[in-house]
Amino acid sequence: MVCESCGQRPATIHFTEIINGHKQESHLCEICAGELQPQGLKFAPQLSLHHFLAGLLNHELGEGSYRVPAEAGRKCAKCGIMEEQFVKQGLLGCGDCYPYFEERLQPLLRRIHGNTRHTGKVPARTGGRARLVKEIEDLKSKLKTAVEHEEFELAVKYRDRIRELEGNLLEEEGEA
Amino acid sequence: MMSIKDIVNNAHSRWMDSDGPESDIVVSSRVRVARNLTGIPFPHMLDTEKAKEVINAVRLALDNEQVKNIAGEPELINLDELSPVDRQILVDKHLISPDMLNNFQNKAVIMWQDGTISIMINEEDHLRIQCFLSGLQLTEAWEIIDQVDNGLEQTLDFAFSEKLGYLTSCPTNVGTGIRASVMLHLPGLKLTKQLGGVLGATGKLGLTVRGLYGEGTEAVGDLFQISNQITLGQSEEEIIDNLISVSRQIMSQEQAARRALYKNRREVIEDRVFRAYGILKHARILSSEEAMRLFSDLRLGLGLKAVTGIRFKLLNELMVKIRPAFMVKIAGKEMSTYERDTFRAGLIRKEFEA
Repeated sequence: MVCESCGQRPATIHFTEIINGHKQESHLCEICAGELQPQGLKFAPQLSLHHFLAGLLNHELGEGSYRVPAEAGRKCAKCGIMEEQFVKQGLLGCGDCYPYFEERLQPLLRRIHGNTRHTGKVPARTGGRARLVKEIEDLKSKLKTAVEHEEFELAVKYRDRIRELEGNLLEEEGEA
Repeated sequence: MMSIKDIVNNAHSRWMDSDGPESDIVVSSRVRVARNLTGIPFPHMLDTEKAKEVINAVRLALDNEQVKNIAGEPELINLDELSPVDRQILVDKHLISPDMLNNFQNKAVIMWQDGTISIMINEEDHLRIQCFLSGLQLTEAWEIIDQVDNGLEQTLDFAFSEKLGYLTSCPTNVGTGIRASVMLHLPGLKLTKQLGGVLGATGKLGLTVRGLYGEGTEAVGDLFQISNQITLGQSEEEIIDNLISVSRQIMSQEQAARRALYKNRREVIEDRVFRAYGILKHARILSSEEAMRLFSDLRLGLGLKAVTGIRFKLLNELMVKIRPAFMVKIAGKEMSTYERDTFRAGLIRKEFEA
C-alpha cells in the first residue's frame, strides 16, 4: 500500500479515528505520519525491539482483564533488578535472573523462539553436564547413521563410547 | 597492520573487496555471538568500576595463543577515547552499533586486521563477537567466530545454563546468542514488484528483514539485511544453514527477475544504468539518498555486465565515504546539508574520473 499523503513511499502506519461516530482510516508512510504530529496525533517514531518485548512481557504477565500485577518489590536476589524494571525495559539484569524469573520467562521464550531448550554450542570448560549430554546425542545420531550404512565395527565403537559417557554423566549427577 | 585509527581514516573494509562467492547479489555476510561473564550483572546494570573490570577481563583473555593464531594481534580501544565523528564512522562501517553512539561511556571495541573480526565490549551484552566477510560466506564467518569464542573461553567464564544455553541480557538472544545476517542487493525483485511477496515469505521462516543499518532502519539503495530471529532450540549450524538456503532462494528469484528484465526491457534497464552512471560522473549536487539509489542502479548494471570498468569495491567503499561522518573527516569541518550535497557530488565525481 502506498502512502495516502505523498503517494510515493510505502504506507507503514495505519490508524483509525472515530470522531462523533464517524470512522476514518488513514494509511501513511513514516515521514508523512511524522509531519502530522503537530496536529495532535502521536506516533512513536520507531517501535524499538525492547519496547516491543516489554509489551509482550506485559502481555505475558496478564495485562488487561487477567492482569496479575508485577509483585511489588520482587527483585532478583543476585543483581537486585526489580521485576517492574525488567518488564519495562525488556532487559534482564544478570544471568541469575533467568532461573529467578523463570515462570515469567518461559511463555515469553516459547513465543519468541518456539522453544525453551538450548541445543547448540556448549562451552568446553563451563558447559558441565550439558557438554556430555550434547556429545552423547551427537554420538547417538552417528551410531544411527553407522547402523543404516551397515558399518557395524564403527557402530560398536560409538555404542561403547556412549556407554562410557553415560557412566560419566551418572557419576556427575551423583556428585551434584 | 591496520590500527583502529587507520580503520576510521579509511572507508575500506576487507568485505568490500567483493571477492566472496555470489557477491553480485550478496554484498556481505555477518555473524555475531553474544556472551556474558558469569557472576557479573549485564552491562546496563554496571557502574563505571565494574564495567572497567569487564573490559580488563576481556583484555587479559586476548593474550591467548588460540585467539592470536586465528587473527593475529588485536587492538582494544575505549570508545570515549574516540571523537564523535570517529565513533559515527565505526557505526557506518558496521563495527559498532548505533546504540553505542550516545551511550559510549565504559564501552570498548576490539578489532583484528581491518575490522573483519571485532568485539564490542559492554554493549547490550558483555561481549558481542562479530565477523564480516564478503559475499555469501556465513559458514566461514561462523567458523572464525567459533574459534575466537573457544580461545576466549579458555580464560573467561561465560554465563551458561544447561537448559537455556548462553545467557544474554535480552531474552531474544538467549541460547546460541547467534545473529547471522546477509546483506542482499535486490533491485530486480523491486523493479518487478515481487519484493513484498519474497520478503513476506522470508518473515514466515523465522527470519527478519531489515534495512542497511539494522534494527529500525529503512532499506536504502535496495539493500536488505536478512537475519535469524530464533536463537534458542536450534544449533548454530542449523541457524546458519537455514539462512543460507533462504538466501539462495532469494538469490535465484533475484537472478530470474534480473534476467527477465534484461531480456524484455533491455533498453529501459540500460537507460536506467547509464543515467545513473552519467549522473554520478557529472552531478554537482547529490543527496545521500539519491546517491544510494544511483549506486543501486549502477550495481545492477555491473551485475548484468551492461556496464564495465567499475568495480563493486568502489561502490561498497563509497557507501561509507558519502556518509556525513566520513565527509566531515575528509573535509576537516562540519558542513550544512547543502555543503554536504555539493561535497558529496565532488567526491563521487573524483572517484569516477580516476
